[in-house]
Amino acid sequence: MDITSPTFKQNAREALADRQLQRALGHVRAGFIDKRAKAVAELPEFDALRDAARDIKNHTLAHLDLYLEAYEDRLRAAGGEVHYAETAASARDIILSICQRIDARTVTKGKSMIAEEIGLNEFFEEHGIAPVETDLGEYIIQLRHEAPSHIIAPAVHLTKDQVEASFREAHTSLPPDRDLSEPTELLNEARSVLRQRFMAADVGITGANFLVAETGTSVIVTNEGNGDLTQILPRVHIVIASIEKITPTLNDVGQIIRLLSRSATGQDISVYTTFSTGPRRPEDPDGPEEYHVIILDNGRTEMLGSEFKEALRCIRCGACMNHCPIYQAIGGHAYGWVYPGPIGAVLTPEFIGVDQAGNLPNASTFCGRCEAVCPMRIPLPNLMRHWREREFERHLSPAAARYGLGFWAFFAKRPRLYQWATRWAMRVLGNRAIGKGRYASLPLAGGWTKYRDFPAPEGRTFQEMWAAKRVAR
Amino acid sequence: MAEGTERRPKVALFVTCLVDLFRPTIGFAAVKLLEEAGCDVEVPAAQTCCGQPAYNSGDRRDTRAIAKKVIAAFEPYDYIVAPSGSCSGMLKVHYPGLFSDDPAWRSRAEAFSAKVHELISFLTDVRGMKSVAARFAGTVTYHDACAGLRELGIHDQPRRLLKSVDGLTLVDLKDDNVCCGFGGTFCVKYPDISNAIVQKKADLIAATGAGTLLAGDLGCLMNMAGKLQRDNQPVAVRHVAEVLADMTDTPPIGEAREA
Repeated sequence: MDITSPTFKQNAREALADRQLQRALGHVRAGFIDKRAKAVAELPEFDALRDAARDIKNHTLAHLDLYLEAYEDRLRAAGGEVHYAETAASARDIILSICQRIDARTVTKGKSMIAEEIGLNEFFEEHGIAPVETDLGEYIIQLRHEAPSHIIAPAVHLTKDQVEASFREAHTSLPPDRDLSEPTELLNEARSVLRQRFMAADVGITGANFLVAETGTSVIVTNEGNGDLTQILPRVHIVIASIEKITPTLNDVGQIIRLLSRSATGQDISVYTTFSTGPRRPEDPDGPEEYHVIILDNGRTEMLGSEFKEALRCIRCGACMNHCPIYQAIGGHAYGWVYPGPIGAVLTPEFIGVDQAGNLPNASTFCGRCEAVCPMRIPLPNLMRHWREREFERHLSPAAARYGLGFWAFFAKRPRLYQWATRWAMRVLGNRAIGKGRYASLPLAGGWTKYRDFPAPEGRTFQEMWAAKRVAR
Repeated sequence: MAEGTERRPKVALFVTCLVDLFRPTIGFAAVKLLEEAGCDVEVPAAQTCCGQPAYNSGDRRDTRAIAKKVIAAFEPYDYIVAPSGSCSGMLKVHYPGLFSDDPAWRSRAEAFSAKVHELISFLTDVRGMKSVAARFAGTVTYHDACAGLRELGIHDQPRRLLKSVDGLTLVDLKDDNVCCGFGGTFCVKYPDISNAIVQKKADLIAATGAGTLLAGDLGCLMNMAGKLQRDNQPVAVRHVAEVLADMTDTPPIGEAREA
């Protein structure tokens, strides 16, 4: 996938000027924020569950090697195969060799952010294999040759009208005068088109919300049932998941799932929660003949030993982006890679380099709403600040900002000099605005005054007035 | 409150750089409220800024240097109070973490941070203030600045005191817990995004019909005032302490003094 994170500022400007996008983003509040708030309010133990979930993940991450081994043993015993992939490229190669061995032509896919992370669709197309996205949102953006703009609602940047236009363009065998004015009609059309693709697929690929060490099970949480058809109908089922999806027990999964759906969509539980452990057994009525799990590292063990470790608790619910004022303003594509929003601002510099993605952790007001809603209590603003520290240490932040900061810090560390200098500066700034109270433009403050007036200071500093008052007393 | 034999606590006012430079009225309002709450107030001269601009720019070295000066200047007092949720949050929540590898300073920072309070919550939660003797004729609405709300849990305290102000009507602001788009240097580093956020906020403020907007952080107030004024919205903007201290003779933020 093309990386556009370095042009974040330009991406953001374009997103702000995109009327369709702005209309689509207007639905985030009712679609996600209000529903989550209601679901959380109905579960008094929500915060206690967050603590428990955080502890489960912290414990797991501290013993990840043991739990990975346990998972692998259980899955092998159930007839499944485990493949470790250190990099995105090795994950792609493993998947391709499985597909080529069985001469696969089409591959159905459930929704997977790891597939996006490793650029799987493009890779398949380069090698003559047709990937078919079966999640409705993913299907829509595949038709439009777009990347997801949200980790659970990949087509959230689109309006219904845009989806209708894409369907009419793609589904040319259907009557042109059919009625697609209602969302349910769009859904039914996608369902009937996809049904044929499910039957024809040679391989089904899904992500995993959890890999359960206790049982060797992979768990997917979906609302459309497409994941089940993807993993049951083809001859081969490939699960792609990253190392931090390991969860010790089914009981742990049960706890975290209670947070996941509520945080993501405001549902008590998703429509489908599907557990699969290995290939079809002799007594099973259906299921794949082969079952492979690709466990991807791609820099995560490095994160595990760094100050970004806590980001590995993420369960990809999307609550942080839904509640982020920046994400709400510009949508997900402006972030320029796979993961948008606050969690994307923490993960992206890890994956593509802080020199490429430096804007992402900087483009935050640190309002803290992401951390406040994160079901796994990930301190997202602190982690973004750590990236700013790395940038600062490596002299990657813009020179003007560095010099400005250095100039300011010089005074801030010297109170007497600071008070003398600011006294005169405020007097000038205050006097020049007498009769107006504010500035419509101001040198060096163009970023502010382009959009707002700049309030003038009263004229004398508090310290100056306080000192005068003390003398008078 | 402090009556009889109870010793009056010695409170050091951390003025905050923005209040010091732009709106001393807020500092004097804070002093008045603290004195009404039975405190002896001092303003240590050796203060500039809490260090947030450096901290949030990734400059830990300067942040620590500034923090050490602040701690040394303020640790002799019973309490340290600031008329800002953002600066109080920095002093209270973030200072100890700056010294994770320096046990001596870490324990000094922790002892210091434990005594830090945001002004309004200090008045209500520590000093037990339930009402104020102030008068303000008009309808006001209140925005919860992010750091005060989410780092310090300040929500009901300012509203409770505002309801005791004679003549004041408080109306709700939709999405009062959503950021105004200020974010310190964010607003000048990403002006287009910041504008989109403050535009939404200004529209919601105007929709309340309130004549005055109040909040507890001057940075956010300057951002919202600047936007409302650019949009020619007839909303006066003030720090909540000005109203609570009955010190509203100073023109609202960004407005000229009448000749």
